[in-house]
Amino acid sequence: MPAATPKPTESVTSATVRFAGDSGDGMQLAGTQFTHTSAIFGNDVSTLPDFPAEIRAPAGTLAGVSGFQINFSSRDIHTPGDRVDALIAMNPAALKSNLADLVEGGILIINVDEFTEANLKRAKWDHNPLEGDTLHAYRVYEVPITRHTMEAVKPTGLGAKEASRCKNFYALGMVFWLYDRPLDTTLGWIDKKFSRREEIAEANTLALRAGYSFGDTAEMFSVQYAVTRATLPAGTYRNVTGNQALAMGLVAAARLSDRPLFYGSYPITPASDILHELSSYKHFDVRTFQAEDEIAAVCSAIGAGFGGALAATGSSGPGIALKQEAIGLGVMTELPLLIIDVQRAGPSTGMPTKPEQTDLWQVLLGRNGECPLPVVAAQSPGDCFRTAIEAARVAMQYMTPVVILSDGFLANSSEPWKIPDVDGLEKIEIRHAVENNNPDGNFLPYLRNERGSRPWALPGTPGLEHRIGGLSKDDRTGNVSYDPLNHEKMIHLRAGKVANVADSVGPQPVFGEPHGKLLVISWGGTYGPVRTAVADAVDAGKSVGHLHLRWLNPLPSDLTEVLDSFERVLICEMNSGQLQLLIRGRYCLDAAGLHKVQGRPFTVAEVAERMDAMLEGQA
Amino acid sequence: MTAVAPTAKDFKSDQEIRWCPGCGDYAILKQMQKVMADLKAERHNTVFVSGIGCSSRFPYYMNTYGFHTIHGRGPAVATGLKVARPELDVWLITGDGDGLSIGAGHLVHTMRRNVDINILLFNNRIYGLTKGQYSPTSEVGKKTKSTPMGSLDTPINPLQVALASEAAFVGRCIDVDGKHQQEMLKRAAAFRGTAFLEIYQDCNVYNHMAWEYATDRKIKAENIVVIEHGQPLIFGAERNKGIHLDGLKPRIVELGNGVGVDDLLVHDETDATLAYLLTQLRYPDFPEPVGVFHAVERPCYEKAVAEQIAAAREKKGEGDLKALIHGGDTWIVE
Ligand code: SF4
Repeated sequence: MPAATPKPTESVTSATVRFAGDSGDGMQLAGTQFTHTSAIFGNDVSTLPDFPAEIRAPAGTLAGVSGFQINFSSRDIHTPGDRVDALIAMNPAALKSNLADLVEGGILIINVDEFTEANLKRAKWDHNPLEGDTLHAYRVYEVPITRHTMEAVKPTGLGAKEASRCKNFYALGMVFWLYDRPLDTTLGWIDKKFSRREEIAEANTLALRAGYSFGDTAEMFSVQYAVTRATLPAGTYRNVTGNQALAMGLVAAARLSDRPLFYGSYPITPASDILHELSSYKHFDVRTFQAEDEIAAVCSAIGAGFGGALAATGSSGPGIALKQEAIGLGVMTELPLLIIDVQRAGPSTGMPTKPEQTDLWQVLLGRNGECPLPVVAAQSPGDCFRTAIEAARVAMQYMTPVVILSDGFLANSSEPWKIPDVDGLEKIEIRHAVENNNPDGNFLPYLRNERGSRPWALPGTPGLEHRIGGLSKDDRTGNVSYDPLNHEKMIHLRAGKVANVADSVGPQPVFGEPHGKLLVISWGGTYGPVRTAVADAVDAGKSVGHLHLRWLNPLPSDLTEVLDSFERVLICEMNSGQLQLLIRGRYCLDAAGLHKVQGRPFTVAEVAERMDAMLEGQA
Repeated sequence: MTAVAPTAKDFKSDQEIRWCPGCGDYAILKQMQKVMADLKAERHNTVFVSGIGCSSRFPYYMNTYGFHTIHGRGPAVATGLKVARPELDVWLITGDGDGLSIGAGHLVHTMRRNVDINILLFNNRIYGLTKGQYSPTSEVGKKTKSTPMGSLDTPINPLQVALASEAAFVGRCIDVDGKHQQEMLKRAAAFRGTAFLEIYQDCNVYNHMAWEYATDRKIKAENIVVIEHGQPLIFGAERNKGIHLDGLKPRIVELGNGVGVDDLLVHDETDATLAYLLTQLRYPDFPEPVGVFHAVERPCYEKAVAEQIAAAREKKGEGDLKALIHGGDTWIVE
């Protein structure tokens, strides 16, 4: 793209860009394309999609604003960025609901065509922010994006409505220029995506190029920014969202254990994509079952697990609440089962598209009776892959339901993922019972092995006919038993089995200082901001360590020593202190908590601020 | 595998049966064990799944594989099992409370999917295990512990629920009528698809004699009519009465005086409309039909699942994990 006079380029380590517009404006698409291009370019990338729960809220309203944030860097990053360096606001509503996150002096690209009287009113602006000094703290670029787009795509002869739909590509083109990104990844994507609708492909291509040229030639922008490649570990990479990685992890676990995958699920935000993904993997002998409700979803999985499949069910908090009785059945009958909880803001329906970590108590403690099961939480989108395999291994080897915690942020955000070597993945060895284990009589379905686990004897195996169920059962024979001492013994046996999982999980390493003033603990999706904040603190010579807990039950066997190695402990979680209460109770420790229950992740600054306050003895 | 032909005894488990003495469940268990032996069923390939309730203890007493699940959810567990293992013979035992109240949703969806399982709904018109509350099939005005002034809800007709759920096989039989019950169990066993069988069952503790009209030797011939495909509907101790269809209105007619067998309604298992009409014949206005109301085979769910998997493999080839995780845009960092 030839420029009249090349504009100067300024180098920056990282940048955070947010595309914001109406939910019909294609902001998720623009964001995804920017992510792909940046990742393929060689940056480390972390994203935060933010979309309304309503499919189509009224156009132009605050409720209808959809955003997509990308943090891209020449360094290793773990979060989508605290504040935004460049905001693209496609209408007044997008400006209104996103402006607060823009850094002072940040770039603000505004589609002025949408700043009509009516749109300002819909967005509840009491004045036109383009007039007066509302935006004086920012570098504002007023661009008639809609008009420019219509003009650019004119040669295709598209109608006004379809033509104006290309404006996301125009905006994307501009931002591509601004950050000196190549167009080829997106051009290739357009060709493939619209191969059957050439005029659309043509129009989007024209819009993208026009946006880029505008950046290049217009007097408006005076400088380009360069974010150079990151030095990531060598390997083949792709972008992956948490839900995609989880689905692929389940398929991998099924392969590694050599059995069909059964996935029973009922549609629910933000877990449905796992069902969608898996239903396109039928050639892997994946049997997806869209059940009539959450309860049927988990129960069908229990039936499939009884039959010998790798059985899983996935949902979000409200659905997990419905499944709890059946999960108890899984615990009682000691069948392998994976329960995926993609947590969202609650209680009740809450904020379906927003993340929280408020289901920890629910999955640990929310069932009737004493009903322990292993719980593991994924820490990043790509980590969902490994987590699914780990959970499947534990479920089948220990004959127990296992909960996998994800959240709405991990589920939908993406990061470059170093694709693991398939041949290097450890097989999941399962030995089904094939012979009667009782020389003196009938098969003993509850005779335990060294792990405390019972045999997985499949229907269809001659001579091992047995009955299981939710009633209290006799140790070894599994026959219904109301004997008080046996009942208590079985409770201890099941709990002991779950505790044994710690042996196979091993200790959890501490990042940063192995001992010192402050230990910061995170779990699940809080990994990113905590790791970033601690890494910065360690770089600055502060006495801080980071312990990220993957397994929330059982906790690592060496946790007492780790906790004792630090003067103070801070637990960061997106709830009001659920893990904090457990750690305080179990270890009699005065652990502090950093809590946020707003339906959005911690910023690095929030974690850093609290850490510093504690280090300085002010909190 | 049993080398010699199995006997009913082979299907008895070692568990002590805990139903009340005189409960209708005993009769059904006995017929099932007999039928299993007659069909030379393989114990290891047979699974009984149940929910919660007196009837749902059934799997413990069958020397096959068994799964006593939770209240109302048996159909979902059975569906998952059958999809995972289509080669197994799966039977679901449920009751009027388990299947038509707490688990009604699952029952409906299992039948419309046409999962190849056999569903036996023991209908005793009462909650037995929880000690005597009215059930979804109890008659209006039923006085129970929870309804001292009589129940208010109109009862559900199980067979109508089945037909409305597009059940492929719908039948009814009676606990104490052993021979007919065996026939029905065998029909259900042979049917490919969901076979739904309502069994009138006496709870002799909390609702004794609920089915007296259909079981008392002295009067039952007047109150039930055995339906058979292609046969006219004739009943009565003297077999001198029949059901005649007057437009869409069924009427009881006496044979003789110019009314012949040709004037009677002839049963057709393939006709769903007729099946629905027959479910409306209720005591005391009409004799209640027992037998197969409806039986039309259609594709089974678990088979269709397997076919889609085969088709996907045909089209895309056997899944390649490496290719899967390398999907989408990839790039190499050196
Ligand atoms: S309560 Fe009724 S249904 Fe239950 S076992 Fe006793 S007699 Fe049978």
